[in-house]
Order: sequence, then C-alpha cells, then structure tokens
Amino acid sequence: MNTYLSCRIRKTLHTAAGHRPLELSFELERGKLLAIHGPSGAGKTTLLRILAGLTDIDEGHIAGNGVIWRDTTLRVNIPARKRPVGMVFQDFALFPHLNVRENLEFALPSGEDPRVIPELIGLMELQSLQQARPAQLSGGQQQRVALGRAIVRKPELLLLDEPLSALDDEMRSRLQDYLLRAHRQFHLTTILVSHSLPEIFRLADEVIRLDKGRSIGRGTPAEIFLQQGSTDPFMLAGEVIDILDEGPSFTISVLCANTLLPVKTTPGQAARLRKGQKVMISSESFEPRILFMNEMSNKFDI
Amino acid sequence: MTDMAPIWLSFRLSLVTTAVLLLIAVPLANWLAHSRFRLKVVAETIISLPLVLPPTVLGFYLLLAFSPSNAFGQFLDRYLGLRLVFSFPGLVIASVLYSLPFMVNPLLAGFRALPSSLREASATLGKSGAYTLLNVLLPNIRGSLLTGIVLSFAHTMGEFGVVLMIGGNIPGKTRVASLALYDEVQSLNYHAANRYALILFASSFMILLLVYLLNHHFSKANPLP
Repeated sequence: MNTYLSCRIRKTLHTAAGHRPLELSFELERGKLLAIHGPSGAGKTTLLRILAGLTDIDEGHIAGNGVIWRDTTLRVNIPARKRPVGMVFQDFALFPHLNVRENLEFALPSGEDPRVIPELIGLMELQSLQQARPAQLSGGQQQRVALGRAIVRKPELLLLDEPLSALDDEMRSRLQDYLLRAHRQFHLTTILVSHSLPEIFRLADEVIRLDKGRSIGRGTPAEIFLQQGSTDPFMLAGEVIDILDEGPSFTISVLCANTLLPVKTTPGQAARLRKGQKVMISSESFEPRILFMNEMSNKFDI
Repeated sequence: MTDMAPIWLSFRLSLVTTAVLLLIAVPLANWLAHSRFRLKVVAETIISLPLVLPPTVLGFYLLLAFSPSNAFGQFLDRYLGLRLVFSFPGLVIASVLYSLPFMVNPLLAGFRALPSSLREASATLGKSGAYTLLNVLLPNIRGSLLTGIVLSFAHTMGEFGVVLMIGGNIPGKTRVASLALYDEVQSLNYHAANRYALILFASSFMILLLVYLLNHHFSKANPLP
C-alpha cells in the first residue's frame, strides 16, 4: 500500500454533551477519496481541522508523505500555512473584498506558474463569474470558487467539510462531478466529511464511520452501509401517514420515499403509533413489520 | 485677527497622534481579538481606562513620569536626549495614550465580527499572520478602520486636560486650539473665543459626517456573503 497519510490522534472534544475524547488511528493511501460519516458531535470537523493544523491535539502523530506534521512526543508542529493541505470550509470562507478571480489569485504562491488560475476557472466553469464578488454568487457558485481556490496551491491532501450540504439535489450532483474531476486531475488525496449516503457511494473509495469520537467501522461504502447482507432483514425508513382500525388488526400506511406501504399490525402496536411518526419497516419472511426508531439501537443514523 | 497657530498645532498634533495610533493599534487590536492569553482582559481594561479617567489624572501622572526630577524623566533626558514635559513629542505621547481606546475599540469590534474561517482559510492557503492581517482582515474592516482614524483625530482635536497638564499652554509650542479658546475666555475676549469654538465645532461636525457617510458606503460595498 502506498500510504500518504498516517494519523494517530487523541483530543478532548468540548461538546454540548460534555467532554469526550476523539481517539482515532488510520492510514490513507495516496490518491484515495475517504469519506468521514457520523452523527453531529462525532468529531468529524475537528478531525479535518486537526489535519489542516487549525486545531491542536492532546497527543499523537500525524505525517503526510513521510513528513511529520505533528508529533507530540517529538514536539513537532508544522503550522497550517506550511502543510500541503487545501481545505474547503463549511461556510466557504471566500474573501468578501476580492472577486472570484482575485480569490483564486490570492492562493497562488509567489513565483508559481499563474496558468493554473485560468485552468481552474475553466475546470470549475467560472468564466462568466470572474469579476463577481462572493456576495453576488449562489451557494453552488461559491462552492466552486472555494474548491478551486483550495486547489490553486496544488495541495497533496484536500479536506472538504460537508461542502455540499446546503445545496439542492441537482446542484449537488453537478458539484460532485466537479469534485471528482478535480480529485483526479490534480492527483489529490481527499478526505470528505459527509452526511449523505448517495454522495458517499458516488464519490468515496472508503468510509470511516465515526461515533462519539471513535471509529466504529471502516471499509468501502458497500461494506459499511450494506453489511446487513443476507442475515439481516432489509429495512426501510418511513413516516406513518394513516392508521386504519380494521377490527382485530390495524393497517398502518407508511410512506417510504414516494411509495405508500400498507403494514398490518396489532392493536397494541397501533396504540403506540401516531401520524407523522418516523418508523422503520423490516421484512421478515415477506411479512412487513414496523420497528420503532428508538428500538433501532443506533443501527441507522442516516 | 485670530491667531491661527493654535488651530494648525491642533491639526498637526491630531495627524501625528492618529498616524502613531494606527501603527500601534492595528497589531494590538489584532492580538486582542485573536489571542488566547489569559490576562488579555487586564490589557483591555488598561487600554479602555482613558474613556472613564479624568484627563487631568492621566496628564498628572505623565507629568510626574516625564519630569526630569524623576528617575524615568532623567533617564530619557540623559540617555535619549528627550525632554517630554512641555514639548510637542510629550503632547504626542500623552495624546496617543489618551486616544488609544478610540482607535483600538472600533478595530477590535471589527476584527471580532469577522468569521474566524477567513483567517483560517488564509492560513491553509499558505499565508502568514502579517500577510493575512494586511490583505484579508484590514480590507474587510475598512469601516471600523475609518471610524477609529476619525474618532482618534477628532478626539485629539478636542483634548484639553491632558495637553494642559503635560504641555503647559506655551504659545506656538504647546498651545492647541482648545487651550487658546480657554485663554480667550479667561481674558474676556469672547469674539476670538467664538472663532476658535466655531472652527472646532465645524471641523468636528464635518469629520463625523464624513465617517457616517463612508461607513454607510462600506457596509454596502462588501457585505459578507
């Protein structure tokens, strides 16, 4: 394996739920796109900030391409500006006083070939927006500028903090294209924080699932999210739309995506349901059954 | 005919004070806004003290400190050849201390209102703290910068207690416009006093009007996205 990043860290997170440690150890192969998935407060953003050098760790070792970026034992700490890392922030962090082109030019190190600027403007399809200020751009356009700006310096590692979360489906899909294009064309190793399973399946080579500051699984998206396989029943998430009393039994109408599924259930279970409630439907021996979300023991935190 | 020398002296003092304040206050406010130094709150308190302290108190202690009969004043006189009491450089130092909160506080508010991701983005793009300060932070707090400059200038124009204490009202040397106005009133020369008062009043009004107009302009020009 051609390892690019090796990371072994411990850091106390100060979350709304109190202090909890972020403890993580992983390696990442050069050129791969790794997704970090997990509930809020799991430490996803903190992990990216630690890799970028914006947040310090309590203990550990981080190295990229064999160069130590941070080592608490050796007391090495390469500052953010000297790490070969590009980062796209959740709020994009575009400089309001500079137009699109100037935002990209800002990132160009002195003495570097300026031809990368028009190349990125072309790649991100920003030709007609070069003179616009960030406040005049839509979310998707700002996203493209932020992505382009993070790549100007030709970083080895690209970090993306839920960059597509604020966008609608169509824009999301187009931006995923831009992202993949940039990842391949500039030979980047990329870490992407994402909540969206379609996005992870489309983009990521591998996923780490984080929960409460620890990794609870690593593998390809299919290995991580489709691991229920043949032993577990398949399950659908849905919302109770209607509860119909049919004498000895009840029929519950559950909306899953855009399909209405009728599920037979007992009066006892029906009494615990109300319209609008989120439930899971499992199918065992072709007989659909309703499972309550709180009984799912965090199996699905999608 | 009104003696214009005090007016020009006030302008000169205000200009020099504002320039010195800019050099001191920009890095100071940047440090206060972003440092995690625990005693920062003490530094903020000291900087803001002239807002509530009678100017004569500050002037009195500076007079004592700079006096050649004291150790510090002797040191300045003997080793640096500086005699700050009753001199223009003394006025500048006193004015800088007295107007420090008028420059630092608007800058501090401006820096704190900027999202921290701007600084962080600049760092991940390979830029140093000083480069980020000059090319990212300051251009985005132009309104605060202008407010600080103008308030410091206007505040120095109107100084009385501090300059009287440390400058001593020497005609042509340390007699600024506000002192000249006071002198004319003391000599019951109300016509001349009125001229000084009108000039100070009009210049203060124009300066403040300019601040509000420009601030209005800046808040429209580059809003955060």
